[in-house]
Amino acid sequence: MAVSLREYRARIKSTESMKKITRAMELIAASRIIKAQQRAQAAAPYARELTRAVSAVATFSNVDHPLTKEEENPVKAAVLIVTSDRGLAGAYSGSVLKEAERLFERLRDEGKDVDIFIAGRKGEAYFKFRNRPVVQSWTGFSDQPSYDVAAEIGEALITAFLKDQGEEGDVDEVHVVYTRFRSMLVQEPTAVRLLPLEIIEGEQAPEASEALPLYEFEPSPESVLDGLLPQYVQSRIFFALLQAAASELAARQKAMKSATDNAEELIKKYTRIANQARQAGITQEISEIVGGVNALADSNAGSE
Amino acid sequence: MAGDIGTGLQVEMVAADRVVWSGEASMVIARTSEGDLGVLRGHAPLLSLLVDAAVEISTPEGVVHAAVDGGFLSVAADRVSILSEHALLAEEIKIDEVKAELEAAEGMPTGDEREVRIRRASARIRAVEKAS
Repeated sequence: MAVSLREYRARIKSTESMKKITRAMELIAASRIIKAQQRAQAAAPYARELTRAVSAVATFSNVDHPLTKEEENPVKAAVLIVTSDRGLAGAYSGSVLKEAERLFERLRDEGKDVDIFIAGRKGEAYFKFRNRPVVQSWTGFSDQPSYDVAAEIGEALITAFLKDQGEEGDVDEVHVVYTRFRSMLVQEPTAVRLLPLEIIEGEQAPEASEALPLYEFEPSPESVLDGLLPQYVQSRIFFALLQAAASELAARQKAMKSATDNAEELIKKYTRIANQARQAGITQEISEIVGGVNALADSNAGSE
Repeated sequence: MAGDIGTGLQVEMVAADRVVWSGEASMVIARTSEGDLGVLRGHAPLLSLLVDAAVEISTPEGVVHAAVDGGFLSVAADRVSILSEHALLAEEIKIDEVKAELEAAEGMPTGDEREVRIRRASARIRAVEKAS
C-alpha cells in the first residue's frame, strides 16, 4: 500500500508540472495572438492601396496580362498549403491538410495534376511520411511570417505559373489553402484560387460613391500593371500567412487550455485515489495493531 | 511661398507590413521610372512606378526624407499613396549598416543582384544625407 501511495504522489507531481507547462503555453499563445492581429492590421493598408491601384488599372485600360490569362485547357495546378511549424495546436494542421486533400480530389476530378508547395514543418512531415513529392517547401516562420518570405513564395509560384504549357514545372492554376482567422473561437480552413487573377472581387468592389478617377499611367498602363500584379500576388500570400499565424496561435491557445483543464481533472482524480490509499493504509495499520493486542491478550489470558 | 501652398495633400507612405508615415504635406518629390516627379495640390490622378530612391515629403513641420525600394506612387483627389515593399524613414536608417552593405555589395561579382543592392544602399545613404 505504501508503495502505491508514493506512486500516486509522483503521478500527481508530474501532472502538476505538465499543467504548469501547458498553462504557460496557453498564456504565451494568448499574448502572441494580439501581436499577430496587430501585424495583420498593420499590413491591411498596403493590401488596400494595392487593390485600389490594381482595380484602377484594370478598370481604365483594357489589359491582357500573363498573370490574368486563363489557360484554355488547364492540366496542372499548384497548391500552396500553409501549415504550422510546431504541433500542440490541436487540429490546426490536420484540418488545413484535410481541406487540401479535398481540393486535390476536386482538381483531380477536373483532370488536373497537382504540384504541392508547402509552408510549415507539419505539412512537410505529412507529405514526407506518405512519400508524396513536394515541389518546394518553406519553414521556420509560421507564427510570425515576414513579408520577405511571402515575396519569396510569391516569386516561386509566379515563376511556375508563367512557364509555358508543357515546360518542366509549369502550372496553369495556383491555389492557396490556409486557415482564415474569423475570431478567437472560429478559424476555418479555406481554399482560394490565387492565379490566374480575378481582379474585380465581389467583396472589394469600389462603392459607387468612390468611383475611381481617370488615372494617368507612367510610363504606361502595361508596365504599371507589370509591376503591380506580382506585388499584389505577394501581398495576398502575405495576407494568407498572417491569417494562418493568427489562427495557429488561437488553435494552440484553445488546445493548451483544454490540456490544462484535463491536467486539473487528472490531479483531482489522483488526489482522491491517493487519499483512499493513504486511508486504507491507516486502517490496515490500526487493524494490525488491534489484532496484535488481541492476540497478546489472548495468549496472556491462556497463560494465567 | 511655401507658406502659401499650405498643406492640402494627404500623404500615406505604406510598406508591406506597416504604415511608415502618414500626414498632411504640401509637396511630395519622388523618383519614378521616368524621372523625378513633384506632386502639389490639384495634381492629376496618376499611377506611376517608383525606382529605388529617396523620397521627400514637405510638411509644415519640415521635410520628411525616406528611402523606398521600388514600388508605386498613386495620386488621386489630393491623396498621395506611396507603396513600397520596404520603405524607411531617414531617421530609421542605420547609416553604418548601410555603408557596410554598400561595401559588401560592391565586392560582389557583377550581376543584377549587385546592381539592385548598390542602388538600394545608395538610395538610403542619399536619404540620410539629405535629412542631415
